[in-house]
Amino acid sequence: MKIFVTDRDGKEHEIAGIDGWQIMELIRDEGLPIKAECGGSCACATCHVYVDPDWVDRLEPKGEEEIDMLDLAFDVEANSRLSCQLTMRPELDGLKVTLAPE
Amino acid sequence: MSDSHHSTDALIIGAGPVGLFAVFELGLLDIKAHLIDILDYPGGQCAELYPEKPIYDIPAIPVCTGQELTDKLMAQIEPFGPTFHLGQMAESLVKTDEGKWRVTTDTGTVIEATVVIIAAGGGSFVPKKPPLQGLEQYEGSSIFYSVRKMEQFRGKKVLIAGGGDSALDWTVNLHPLAATMALVHRRDDFRAAPDTVNKMRALVDAGKMDLHIAQLKELKGEGGQLQAVSVKGPDGDYDIECDTLLAFFGLTMKLGPVADFGINLDKNLIPVDTEKFETNVPGIFAIGDINSYPGKLKLILSGFHEAALMSQQAFRYVYPERRLRFQYTTSSSDLQEKLGVS
Repeated sequence: MKIFVTDRDGKEHEIAGIDGWQIMELIRDEGLPIKAECGGSCACATCHVYVDPDWVDRLEPKGEEEIDMLDLAFDVEANSRLSCQLTMRPELDGLKVTLAPE
Repeated sequence: MSDSHHSTDALIIGAGPVGLFAVFELGLLDIKAHLIDILDYPGGQCAELYPEKPIYDIPAIPVCTGQELTDKLMAQIEPFGPTFHLGQMAESLVKTDEGKWRVTTDTGTVIEATVVIIAAGGGSFVPKKPPLQGLEQYEGSSIFYSVRKMEQFRGKKVLIAGGGDSALDWTVNLHPLAATMALVHRRDDFRAAPDTVNKMRALVDAGKMDLHIAQLKELKGEGGQLQAVSVKGPDGDYDIECDTLLAFFGLTMKLGPVADFGINLDKNLIPVDTEKFETNVPGIFAIGDINSYPGKLKLILSGFHEAALMSQQAFRYVYPERRLRFQYTTSSSDLQEKLGVS
């Protein structure tokens, strides 16, 4: 399994996916610049990513807490997600996301 | 000695859970502590980020919220009478001629201490700033992240951005003073208390203020004077005329002036030894999330352990002539007296 993450310079990184891990954790442990200040508890909105349009509908829907926390992010789009709320699983093999601006 | 000048044994920078527990461990060794925190209340991330969220990995406490942990720590350190300097940021650290450390805060408080303990977690909580071009030129003149004096906004054309309690409270409270009031939020749904949201909606219905469902896009103005904010709504971009923008997008953590204290840093963390949790500068310690050492885990319980070991070395600086006596709170009448339970 793998995911593709585009950083803020437009460079795409291929990262190994691990079943059950948060997408945020995969990005963070790769050393990409994602703040994820609250450590994955949906309390800070600093792990904001844009999901490739092809993948948006294949993700688990946003929870109320995630929608609320997105209020603290900037440049929120329809494909905005908090990556701590996305869990890696086989169906997401090949997922593409882009880091939102800081 | 004036109100703003203090002298103490230990100064702790950061009043999060680890800074608070350091008061306890230092207190058992007769070391008096002052604490500085940029937030207006103790608890650090526990109080700011997850006051209502459960924590399950505090030894012997199967579950408690961030706020409950803070409250329990405050009760635990109460016997030691720590002095808090809240709503302030430690701005500079220098050594005095007498060999003490002098820390000055951004509000002018000066504290001299024998030892300094940096327990600043991820850094200082500061307002999250919208990533808008030219933002800096308007900050302090047209753009603000908090309200210190309401009068400042009298007669202004105010635009408030955000959907939480701060945004809604100030919309309702500043509306009578402002020349015009508008609120901009990304969706027609608000996290703020329903009562305040209802008040805001009543003002909109009465034609006394505007509500824009949109996101900030661009600042327009010159010479530090804002004239309008361009926003992106569901039907495209448009301008909202205003001379003042209040942005409420929560807080984020920045290392801040600690980086200029002359202490070794590694990737925004402070390397320490694992015996004393001392930095490369003798008498300055770093505990909790802000330090780094081989095997470091950013857990509250690790910070508690670090506080206990740090205190042993702090004792040697504060009481160089005294012999350190290791005691248990269970059996030591001396410690129990300090805790006020004997």
